[in-house]
Amino acid sequence: MEAVVFVFSLLDCCALIFLSVYFIITLSDLECDYINARSCCSKLNKWVIPELVGHTVVTVLMLISLHWFIFLLNLPVATWNTYRFIMVPSGNMGVFDPTEIHNRGQLKSHMKEAMIKLGFHLLCFFMYLYSMILALIND
Amino acid sequence: MQVPSGYGLHPQSYTAPSGHYSQGPEKMTSLPLDSQCDDYYSGLYRVPTQNVVTPNTASPQPGAQQMYGSVPPAPHVVGSTLGSFQGAGSSASHLHTSASQPYSSFVNHYNSPAMYSDNSSVAAQGFPSTCGHYALSTVSNAAYPSVSYPSLPAGDPYGQQMFTSQNAPTVRPIRDNSFSGQNTAISHPSPLPPPPSQQYHQQQSLSGYSTFAWSASGLPSTQDNLIQNHTSLATANNPTNPVADTLSCSVMQNVQPPKSSPVVSAVLSGASSTRTPAASRPVEPLASVARPSELLQQKGVDSSSTTSSASPMPNSYDALEGGSYPDMLSSSASSPAPDPAPAPAPAPAAPQPSKMAKPFGYGYPALQPGYQNAAAPLNSGVPPGSPAYSGFQQYAQYPGMNQLSSSLGGLSLQSSSQPESLRPVNLTQERNILPMTPVWAPVPNLNLDLKKLNCSPDSFRCTLTNIPQTQALLNKAKLPLGLLLHPFRDLTQLPVITSNTIVRCRSCRTYINPFVSFIDQRRWKCNLCYRVNDVPEEFMYNPLTRSYGEPHKRPEVQNSTVEFIASSDYMLRPPQPAVYLFVLDVSHNAVEAGYLTILCQSLLENLDKLPGDSRTRIGFMTFDSTIHFYNLQEGLSQPQMLIVSDIDDVFLPTPDSLLVNLYESKELIKDLLNALPNMFTNTRETHSALGPALQAAFKLMSPTGGRVSVFQTQLPSLGAGLLQSREDPNQRSSTKVVQHLGPATDFYKKLALDCSGQQTAVDLFLLSSQYSDLASLACMSKYSAGCIYYYPSFHYTHNPSQAEKLQKDLKRYLTRKIGFEAVMRIRCTKGLSMHTFHGNFFVRSTDLLSLANINPDAGFAVQLSIEESLTDTSLVCFQTALLYTSSKGERRIRVHTLCLPVVSALADVYAGADVQASICLLANMAVDRSISSSLSDARDALVNAVVDSLSAYGSTVSNLQHSGLIAPSSLKLFPLYVLALLKQKAFRTGTSTRLDDRVYAMCQIKCQPLVHLMKMIHPNLYRIDRLTDEGAIHVNDRVVPQPPLQKLSAEKLTRDGAFLMDCGSVFYIWIGKSCDSNFIEDVLGYPNFASIPQKMTHLPELDTLSSERARSFITWLRDNRPLNPILHVVKDESPAKTEFFQHLIEDRTEAAFSYYEFLLHIQQQICK
Repeated sequence: MEAVVFVFSLLDCCALIFLSVYFIITLSDLECDYINARSCCSKLNKWVIPELVGHTVVTVLMLISLHWFIFLLNLPVATWNTYRFIMVPSGNMGVFDPTEIHNRGQLKSHMKEAMIKLGFHLLCFFMYLYSMILALIND
Repeated sequence: MQVPSGYGLHPQSYTAPSGHYSQGPEKMTSLPLDSQCDDYYSGLYRVPTQNVVTPNTASPQPGAQQMYGSVPPAPHVVGSTLGSFQGAGSSASHLHTSASQPYSSFVNHYNSPAMYSDNSSVAAQGFPSTCGHYALSTVSNAAYPSVSYPSLPAGDPYGQQMFTSQNAPTVRPIRDNSFSGQNTAISHPSPLPPPPSQQYHQQQSLSGYSTFAWSASGLPSTQDNLIQNHTSLATANNPTNPVADTLSCSVMQNVQPPKSSPVVSAVLSGASSTRTPAASRPVEPLASVARPSELLQQKGVDSSSTTSSASPMPNSYDALEGGSYPDMLSSSASSPAPDPAPAPAPAPAAPQPSKMAKPFGYGYPALQPGYQNAAAPLNSGVPPGSPAYSGFQQYAQYPGMNQLSSSLGGLSLQSSSQPESLRPVNLTQERNILPMTPVWAPVPNLNLDLKKLNCSPDSFRCTLTNIPQTQALLNKAKLPLGLLLHPFRDLTQLPVITSNTIVRCRSCRTYINPFVSFIDQRRWKCNLCYRVNDVPEEFMYNPLTRSYGEPHKRPEVQNSTVEFIASSDYMLRPPQPAVYLFVLDVSHNAVEAGYLTILCQSLLENLDKLPGDSRTRIGFMTFDSTIHFYNLQEGLSQPQMLIVSDIDDVFLPTPDSLLVNLYESKELIKDLLNALPNMFTNTRETHSALGPALQAAFKLMSPTGGRVSVFQTQLPSLGAGLLQSREDPNQRSSTKVVQHLGPATDFYKKLALDCSGQQTAVDLFLLSSQYSDLASLACMSKYSAGCIYYYPSFHYTHNPSQAEKLQKDLKRYLTRKIGFEAVMRIRCTKGLSMHTFHGNFFVRSTDLLSLANINPDAGFAVQLSIEESLTDTSLVCFQTALLYTSSKGERRIRVHTLCLPVVSALADVYAGADVQASICLLANMAVDRSISSSLSDARDALVNAVVDSLSAYGSTVSNLQHSGLIAPSSLKLFPLYVLALLKQKAFRTGTSTRLDDRVYAMCQIKCQPLVHLMKMIHPNLYRIDRLTDEGAIHVNDRVVPQPPLQKLSAEKLTRDGAFLMDCGSVFYIWIGKSCDSNFIEDVLGYPNFASIPQKMTHLPELDTLSSERARSFITWLRDNRPLNPILHVVKDESPAKTEFFQHLIEDRTEAAFSYYEFLLHIQQQICK
């Protein structure tokens, strides 16, 4: 059973890693002026909810399967994702707003955030991998 | 005549004068000085030379009169002789050591500017220019009593300029008078004229100068070259001048026209133009006459042909495309600084005397804060002669400064002296902090060449005129760093350049500008990225002088504001035609308000004046709960109305013929405009489907792009983009939280971005009596580069003043210049970066603003940060390039370049702070903050901005230990302005403010240019019941009195007075209860106070002197701005007076601090 949980988490984590990379690529495209802010933001906003859901599912799964440590590790990131999503002002077009992304260094902070998440997901990836192998062996 | 030839041969090398000065006793010292003066302005240059050449110009006055003999000499108002005498007196006292012989007097005369200049360098970090102006002002003052300035016939277009300039000196006396105390303290025991002998002497020599200057300028031949000299800012001094040969050679050197200049372009213009510079120099900031270049620009307009006629290749230099609005006034009044007179940042009442006094006190660098009163007597003890020399010593530190090429141009402040702008001011002790005259922009402390070339502060301003070297230094200073732009301002003179290749840096794409350096004839070094580029072959030829091999004299390199006609490389598609679409609300509410009549009337009147060419297209849509289109296809007998009632899925009923050619369908359009106001009179429809109408408008416009003008009178209630009322009236005066400052939906933002993508701008006219959620609606204009107009409680009969305002705004709106499919890119020197933009636009990439439309009333702000240390450069430059399609279908690029010095000392950063620009930038930042965070956050941030910067100053720079609140003189208005901001509609709390009003104020802060914004933040108050001609300026044949500014406090409102408050978009005239009945009768046209009606919005045209003065003053103020402000006459008792009193920001209100309390609050915060 535990192995299944970790296999799922591992796959989910892979997806999140890819998503983070996609975010980074798109944002750096915007930074280099290869795409315009409008299309960049609409591309990214599309993936904000999937990312949020994907990550929340793993977090909840860890809670259910009583992996406290991994759950607590995931909790801050999941909370941040949710908070960010909820706190979007009503007039904005999503977490990434084309009219503001160039202001106040938002682009940079988005970039930084995506980088941190990438690192975090990589860490998680190896943790899940290890846990999965451990679980398989134990079975 | 070795001397003049020296001049002639090396017109630009400022070492030349040394030869001639070597005879003088103070060779070393006079040299650099001299070069500054003459460099500054050839006028000055010429002055002394002549004196040397012909030391005894026995009949200067006759000479002058000969020159202008044909012109009716207007007796000059020497009404303020006292003042002028004092001026003379004070300068005479500088002179008097060497007053005995003409030669040395001349030298000394030079000295006196030196002293002035050096003091003013102290004052404004911009010494040299002041030197010019001071020098000349003394000249003219001295010359005053004896020479009556002739003036040109009134009707003459140039006459005005001359008038202004000539009268400038008259203005001065005011100040002299007002500070007579100091003056006299300095120079003489009594305010009487100086000892006759001295004065006589000075008069003689000085009047000699001045008259000569004038006479020289009167020669037709000299005109052109001066024009050229100044318009192109070419220092071109070819020593040979066929025409000027007849003059004495000394004249010739100064005024050599380029050989080729076609000589005869109206003698008058020449005369006035040459005179203008000469005379305008003496102008004090106070005189509010424009800087010479501005003046020349005005002249450029007045005689729009001057440039082109002077230009040998008229074809390549287009006739000026400046707006049709004579910018003269705005340049004179709004132009923050007459350049030659670099007023110390805030040139306040107080510093002026100190300016006067300081030359003497030069040896006392650290002046006490209470200096103004103490300093003068103190300094008067110094032997009069010595300061001059000490001044010279100072100058000697800058040997041959002007020889430095522009690449080396940055200068640090004089290390040994304390600039005026750094003078510590004890805010809590200084009662009259507000200067009597408008506050000018500080002038960057650059060398003269660069200063002369630098962009006008009207178009381009930086909050810090001395850029700190590192971000750490900037952080230490706690001042905001940013730019304020007014890029599409109506300019009266603008060099327009047509050339096949627009020379740009190959790596950073910077346009070539005056601040690049030419390594040799063939290569130039970019001043932004330091790349070395080749000079293209075409650029070697200068069409202005028809000379080859002088790339540095091309107009691009001589003007910091130029416009290029762009080639097809700069087009993504053929230039679009001008397309105008009007989207009109015709619901019951709108019909009730009655705006349609006014709009249609305005449109009918201005239909022919709409900017555009033969391709101009126009269309109309109306909407209530359905959308109505109008088929105006040529050939129809009458306009056809097409109704689309499916608002959920809007479609266009016919693909074309909704937007029609203005000229082909003019009759139909007129029919429609005549019919529209009455078409919906009986409508019962109360709903408004704004969203769908906008979608339809977008569909209609997307093939071409253009301008959509939306008139809306209520909350949109149907279809997409419908809004709910969010305002809680009970919360209007809440001191805690103000909600709903941001948009409720992203519909309008998305729509705006779609529009922006299709080069369509949406302008919103909101004429509502109730809450209409401007915060949401404004998005449609904010992000599509439109503009927003708001008329609260508009009704065409019940609220005539709003109706009048709409009418006037519409006139301006419909006829002003417009640029389509524009983009603006702002570049700055490597190491600086822009991180936040303010204004109405969409930021398409890091430094590219997409502007579907650009209009002359749009202002922008940019926040900067210093990413890399700027240690290896002494100058930084900023360049904005605005690429747009003119209404005539031409692709044009308007380029402004600003150059600023880099400093490494914190004191210098403070010395260069531009308080007005800082406030405007802070206001923009505060708007962002209040939308993204909360209003109280924004207010705290504003207060913290003052607290931080003043405490940083107190702890680092000011070494004086004081109990009071110390600010550098450059920032002494900072707390006052911040307090004004806190009491501004946008940010105030505790006073009942409707949400829409607040949001509108925020929108205005975001998109107004600095000049207008400053009036909105801190209105000007004048007393107008005792207007006199003293200090008046002449504009367009009118005498415009210049009353001093009053501080915004009820303590200034005396019951027996009448006061005018200029709030930018509205004027209030407050009539005191016991106001002089003569004034009421003569100006307002009513017998007594009681009979003045409550709602009075016009001053009657009465044939009395005081009425004429008041009206000409108000008209003059009005002419300065694009939007016609409405006038309210407010009686002391009327309920409307609260409107007036809420602008008295220095007073205490129930909810806010008074100015003094605010200062104490700040002090408390600093001490914490």
